[in-house]
Amino acid sequence: MFDFYPQLKQRFDALRTRAEFFSLRYVRESGQYLSVRKNVAEPPSFSHDQGAMLTVRLRGIEAYAATNDLSQAGLQAALDRAEAQAQLIAGHALLNLSQEPVSHERADFFSPDLDQAFPSLSECFALLGAESAAVPKDERLVSWVVSLGLNHVEQIYLNSAGAELRRAQRFVYPGMSVTAYDGNDSQSRSLGRENFGQQGGADVISRCGLIGAAPQVADQALQLLLAPNTPVGKRDLLLMPDQMILQIHESIGHPLELDRILGDERNYAGTSFVKASDFGSLQYGSKLLNVTFDPTIPEELASYRFDDDGTPAYKEFLIREGLLLRPLGGALSQFRSGLEGVANSRACGWNRPPIDRMANLNIEPGDQSLEQIIGGIESGILMATNRSWSIDDARNKFQFGCEWGQLIEDGELKGVVKNPNYRGISDQFWRNLSAVGDASTFKVLGTPNCGKGEPNQVIRVGHASPACVFSQIDVFGGDA
Amino acid sequence: MSTPLSQAGQFKALVEWLGKAIRPPEQFTLGYDGEASEFIRFNKGKVRQAGQVQQASLSLKLIRDGRHADVSLTLAGESNVDKQRLADALQQLRDTLPLLPVDPYLLLNPQPWHSHAEQSQPLPDTARVLEEIRSASKGVDLVGFYASGPISYGYASSEGAFGWHQANSFNFDWSLFHSNGQAVKASYAGADWDSERFARRMQLAREQLSFLDRPLHALEPGEYRAYLAPAALEEVMSMLCWGGFSAQALASKSSPLQKLYAGDTQLSPLVSFDEQVSQSLSPAFSGEGYPRQDLSLVKHGKAEQQLVSSRSAAEYGLEVNGAPEHEAPSALAMAAGTLAQADILKQLGTGLYISNLWYLNYSDQPAARLTGMTRFATFWVENGEIKAPVNTMRFDDSVYSLLGSQLEALTAERELLLSASTYDQRQTASNLLPGALIKKLTLTL
Repeated sequence: MFDFYPQLKQRFDALRTRAEFFSLRYVRESGQYLSVRKNVAEPPSFSHDQGAMLTVRLRGIEAYAATNDLSQAGLQAALDRAEAQAQLIAGHALLNLSQEPVSHERADFFSPDLDQAFPSLSECFALLGAESAAVPKDERLVSWVVSLGLNHVEQIYLNSAGAELRRAQRFVYPGMSVTAYDGNDSQSRSLGRENFGQQGGADVISRCGLIGAAPQVADQALQLLLAPNTPVGKRDLLLMPDQMILQIHESIGHPLELDRILGDERNYAGTSFVKASDFGSLQYGSKLLNVTFDPTIPEELASYRFDDDGTPAYKEFLIREGLLLRPLGGALSQFRSGLEGVANSRACGWNRPPIDRMANLNIEPGDQSLEQIIGGIESGILMATNRSWSIDDARNKFQFGCEWGQLIEDGELKGVVKNPNYRGISDQFWRNLSAVGDASTFKVLGTPNCGKGEPNQVIRVGHASPACVFSQIDVFGGDA
Repeated sequence: MSTPLSQAGQFKALVEWLGKAIRPPEQFTLGYDGEASEFIRFNKGKVRQAGQVQQASLSLKLIRDGRHADVSLTLAGESNVDKQRLADALQQLRDTLPLLPVDPYLLLNPQPWHSHAEQSQPLPDTARVLEEIRSASKGVDLVGFYASGPISYGYASSEGAFGWHQANSFNFDWSLFHSNGQAVKASYAGADWDSERFARRMQLAREQLSFLDRPLHALEPGEYRAYLAPAALEEVMSMLCWGGFSAQALASKSSPLQKLYAGDTQLSPLVSFDEQVSQSLSPAFSGEGYPRQDLSLVKHGKAEQQLVSSRSAAEYGLEVNGAPEHEAPSALAMAAGTLAQADILKQLGTGLYISNLWYLNYSDQPAARLTGMTRFATFWVENGEIKAPVNTMRFDDSVYSLLGSQLEALTAERELLLSASTYDQRQTASNLLPGALIKKLTLTL
């Protein structure tokens, strides 16, 4: 682990610049992706990536240069390019960061069980093959895939103020999907995939529930094929955790990103319906809503001790009892806005600069079991597993769709319905939160695919949530 | 920064080394991706963040006895380091292949084709670009992103194929914001920065911005006549490109155009789509090592060819047509119609002029039913005159309606829209699209 550290440190110490402050962020990432589709092993895909980003602050103007050349000359050349870039933009710069504090921290961080071996390639293929073979023989089941992604990431952050932050992490992404087709309509049911990933080892595969899941996933795809469309109208909406993570992500996470509120993302990812003046005063949701930035759940995808600018990460309430308290803003955004934020300045790799991102953004559990929640619904619908998401650029008007729907009548779960969709407006939706599941309904999930930024970045984010109920929401089905 | 020539030389040297290291009956394919990019973000007309990214990587496939595996590796730009990394990657694949079953869907192109395209137009001087942006955006709130530099792709195989594609380009993608929060989107991209042309683009955006001064026209959900400008239509097409024409998606019943390719339904006879690789910015070869072909995907509303990768060809008994592994178009061209640019508002009459759409996704994928938002300059038009900007609205409608029964006309003039995407690396995809006049667009929220 950190094999390159001694050389990197030596090279960092030998770098020369006129800048008053500079930093180096080195990232080495290796990946493995395995899949079995309809009982045929697809060719495995491996990856090895490494490089470094040099950032300078020259008379208060920051600029960066990212390089794949990690030699002494390569790093020095990148530092020189960053310096030249800072000079070039000096007369055009929006920000002077002369007074922004810098990190002096020194620490290491490791994913849980990082020292435990991961199953071998053959063992992984055997697991995927067994699960694929367990999909029942039915001519309506036209496609299925079982997959396993694995990533190791090492990051070393060094700066001229003496900070030394090292991080070694392992991420695991199991999943499967089955598609059923009846000659007219097709319906898919999935487990994991874009809705699940965790830090850890082989235990992540168990926690995902992949082993032994194939018959049920396939059966649910067939049930959907036979099911009627979701009825149109207002109903109480019970969202399971694998849809809640999308709801949190799109209509709490993105609107609370401080760089969006400060206007940086208006040309691409968008702006926010939340204003800087709303923090401390806006009733974002009902009293049941408690939202945290929580980097302390070991297996969650974005648990870490320090963000990519070297800011220490702590659990913070962003929303408590429905009241909006603080944004998702890292050190730079906090410096620009004067607002207190969190340690969420993050980059997706060595070739992209840190910006405000979600990390682990969670909803705290409430006090009702799933049975109690369902028992309290007179006319409702349960929706699970996100499959469609769309929201406006201010993160307000949304429409989301799920794979699985089940009607709830008079406190009981009833028939399955297909194409369950719902729509709403963020700044009203969370005020309709009427029940929050207890710890028994709480799941630690996440996605590797959050996109944002110019240049574009895709980053992993963690979301943990209980099941939640929203009263009187517009729901509807599809055409077929 | 490495020059394009040195990148080509670097790739050739690695291909030669690999050719010698391979032990028959082993076979290989080797891909190359490289860029040296300058990135500058703007907010409030000033530079918010700026930097440079230099990166290059290889994608190696090793084949032996019907088994194969892939590895990608970042290059360092130092000959000895890169040879060692390639040697390590080769060894990793050699260790892996005996653990794999024979792949029934492996198909390697045996042709020793050659392709070389290099465009080395000098890149714009960044200091000059910054001055021109500052000057042109005086008095308005500009937010945007400028990217420039060379992009390179390479391909080689043990069968003797060799391709190289390199091009310098820039892409400035920006928005002008009104103090009321409304905005206009614009872009200027290409290989040769022309100050006058850029100034004209900016002036056009400023003129559109002046329409946003008027009070918002609040729309209720319902059905409206609408004109989708090429950039708005591009969002619809981007969704269809996501599996729509893919042989594997069609075979596995996950394509949104399933019913079209099954012959169960049709689009309007006005609609024809081609994958027009020739004369586009995309490489003339796929990452799988096949020369790419121009393809007719939809003709007069009826499905024609699919995009077929080598794996799909082997699995479904089709013929490879140079599609990339993910089987999405990268140079989509839609046939023009007859509606003159000057007649758009007149023929729209009363309805919506939509410049851009945003964040589309499926409400019902097998039915090709899409939802999404209006974004940037969207106007309410009455009797052929722009009256007011409208509030952000959500639509929910089927492609078989929008580009089928409800399509009234396509514009005679088409716009070449170059991708501003920089996920992983700068992209070379493009769309050549007309605008579309639609009799009925359903707004839901």
